[in-house]
Amino acid sequence: MDSILIQILNGLDKGAAYALIALGLTLVFGTLGIVNFAHGAIFMLGAFCAVTFRKLLTLSVKVKDESVTMFAAYKDEPYLKIWFGDTGEAIIDYAVPLSILIAIPFMVLVGYAMERGLIRHFYKRAHADQILVTFGLAIVVQELIKASFGANPIPQAAPDIVAGSANVGLWFGLGESLVYPWWRLIYLCFSGVMIFAVFSFLQFTTYGMVVRAGMRDRETVGLLGINIQRRFTIVFAIAAVVAGTAGVMYTPILPPDYHMGMDFLVLSFVVVVVGGMGSLGGAVTAGFLLGIVQSFASMNEVKSIIPGIDQIIIYLVAVVILLTLPRGLMGRAGVMDD
Amino acid sequence: MSDFSKLNRRQALKLGAAGAATIGATPLFFSRNAWAETFANDPGNKASVTLGFNVPQTGAYSDEGADELRAYKLAVKHLNGEGDGGMMNTFKPSSLKGNGILGKKVTFTTGDTQTKSDAARASAKRMIEKDGALMITGGSSSGVAVAVQGMCQEAGIIFMAGLTHSNDTTGKDKRRYGFRHFFNAYMSGAALGPVLEKEIGNDRRAYHLTADYTWGWTQEQSMRAFTEGSDNVDGMDGIKGIGWENVAHVKTPVGAGDFSQYITPVLNSGADVLVLNHYGKDMINSLTQAIQFGLRDKQVNGKNFEIVVPLFSRLMAQGAGENIKGILGSTNWNWSLKDAGSQAFVKAFGAEYGFPPSMAAHTCYCQTLLYANACEMAGTFYPPEVIKALEGFSFDGMGNGATEYRAADHQCFKDVLVVRGNQNPSSQFDLLEVVQTTPRSQVEYDPKIFGGELGPYKV
Repeated sequence: MDSILIQILNGLDKGAAYALIALGLTLVFGTLGIVNFAHGAIFMLGAFCAVTFRKLLTLSVKVKDESVTMFAAYKDEPYLKIWFGDTGEAIIDYAVPLSILIAIPFMVLVGYAMERGLIRHFYKRAHADQILVTFGLAIVVQELIKASFGANPIPQAAPDIVAGSANVGLWFGLGESLVYPWWRLIYLCFSGVMIFAVFSFLQFTTYGMVVRAGMRDRETVGLLGINIQRRFTIVFAIAAVVAGTAGVMYTPILPPDYHMGMDFLVLSFVVVVVGGMGSLGGAVTAGFLLGIVQSFASMNEVKSIIPGIDQIIIYLVAVVILLTLPRGLMGRAGVMDD
Repeated sequence: MSDFSKLNRRQALKLGAAGAATIGATPLFFSRNAWAETFANDPGNKASVTLGFNVPQTGAYSDEGADELRAYKLAVKHLNGEGDGGMMNTFKPSSLKGNGILGKKVTFTTGDTQTKSDAARASAKRMIEKDGALMITGGSSSGVAVAVQGMCQEAGIIFMAGLTHSNDTTGKDKRRYGFRHFFNAYMSGAALGPVLEKEIGNDRRAYHLTADYTWGWTQEQSMRAFTEGSDNVDGMDGIKGIGWENVAHVKTPVGAGDFSQYITPVLNSGADVLVLNHYGKDMINSLTQAIQFGLRDKQVNGKNFEIVVPLFSRLMAQGAGENIKGILGSTNWNWSLKDAGSQAFVKAFGAEYGFPPSMAAHTCYCQTLLYANACEMAGTFYPPEVIKALEGFSFDGMGNGATEYRAADHQCFKDVLVVRGNQNPSSQFDLLEVVQTTPRSQVEYDPKIFGGELGPYKV
């Protein structure tokens, strides 16, 4: 029983990561009609905001290791720790959540620059052109990150207070053996908050209402004298913020490296297609569904019956769903039907 | 027209001697350059020779590849008599003179393996066919090494493997033209087994997570044989083990990223040891996530839960950060070794680049010098003769003590280091502490156990 519950938790956790990236992808596709292959790179850029912020917080005095004379071997003493003692250490400890503060404005800028500088020139071009240009952009971004930070993953620790595991079993009266890492639970809650915020924004604000109307019929909204294009630019920036902050929060789970965006991108596209192109609810539902399915397929009991199923299950489910529901789980008629 | 009847005795003797000398020398004259006509990329009368350095310059292992390339450049410099000579001062017996190889200046060309077999083969082929590379070396993956080694055998070009740890490289996939200086999975198991028994005991239940490719399979096989005994392990015989029990051994896809779905079943499996048969980014991710799930702080069966990483490198330790602390593993070489050869190499590399070399850099540097030395010993670049010079060659002064290139499988045998993630590093490079240097005799094995055929000298 414990192992099933823990796989459900794990699936939700994985699904949350897929859903957050897929949400941004769908938002951009639904509003701008752009298939954005650079979205994974935005997720990765968010993660590197956390890396950069920690680097800034840990700017250090270098204390030379005198036993080594052949090269510069030293131990770092961060200025923050020297100047502020325990307070400085605590600030460094909270580097990941604090880096959200710099990630949000940075991702708004990235999103805005990307949309105005490149994407808008491809609105009226074929999807193949959009895919090529955004994929190319993703490669450029990741190579820039590799040149600046190297190819090795760079570990980012969660704050000490949430470094261990929570006794989830005790919370629900299921005994002590059901434990789950605190940070993964935090990530799950964070994803929930982000998804709720995006839906609320679109559902309950006038701004969101206009965006939704624009998603349905851009021309009519334009005829009403509303500059829908400007709103869509802002939606692109919002999608970048969602992906970027997801990247920041994911760093303690997966040490970031230049390729992490590409690793997630392929799966997220599967999620978008399974959920239904342009459907926000579909993207979120498919994200969680595929996360849970993947998690269960990795159980030893399942793998002993069908070896290797864990590596193909997502694609297998996608095939089955698309065969039975060609538009995906919640796909709308007319979206990418041709 | 000559009149032979007018030849006097002295003239007849002279003519006879000249004729005899001509006839005697004729076979030598015609066969003198016979090798030149039969081997690929013979430098002939050129003033230089070209070596092909095939390393990952893009992709997840590009940092390791960059370090390999640094070592190769340093080796070329030293072979050409530039710099302080590095290990050329400590390597013995050495035929190297510091004037290139056989008097020809060493130049090089590079290729990008991308850590993909197809790409690695293509870049090696390009270096052989277009750039005239006389020898190919490098790589950071066993899959790549096996693929390139096979291609080099067909092309008649010697392949001096870089970082490859699978038993298969010098086991079932060994080739006459392939040589490995790096240690292998069997040696890691043989070195780690006794240390694990001493450090964490023999009443243990182990759970293996294994990268699903040639290296991972042989690493798991070796670790299980040396901890559980070889009775239940396919392809291994006569190994007693240390009394451990196997709970599960699970294959994980290479580059999985998030390993949580493979780690969660470990939590309540009853295992008290997790063996991560992962390397590079996979190892960094799986170790980070295992620690996140609280495995290092867990108590199972009344014992502290332990994590073992059979193959460590300093570059990986850097990626894993704090998580590596206290974790046991093995490594081919570490810059902190105090022997004269290691110190000479670290000094030369440190002076050139400002930081210490990785184990990948070390093995690549050694391979270049060993190839050059074999050419000098053979007195030719003709591969069959160079191969014969390398086979059974015993040497010292390159770190890891007395070493031998075993003729039967082209595997180097030398001491193996068991290391632990340093709890209190004194610098950014002081990440691994040497727990034990396992003597070469303890990690040697019968070459027949892994099967395979070296193949012919002449191709």
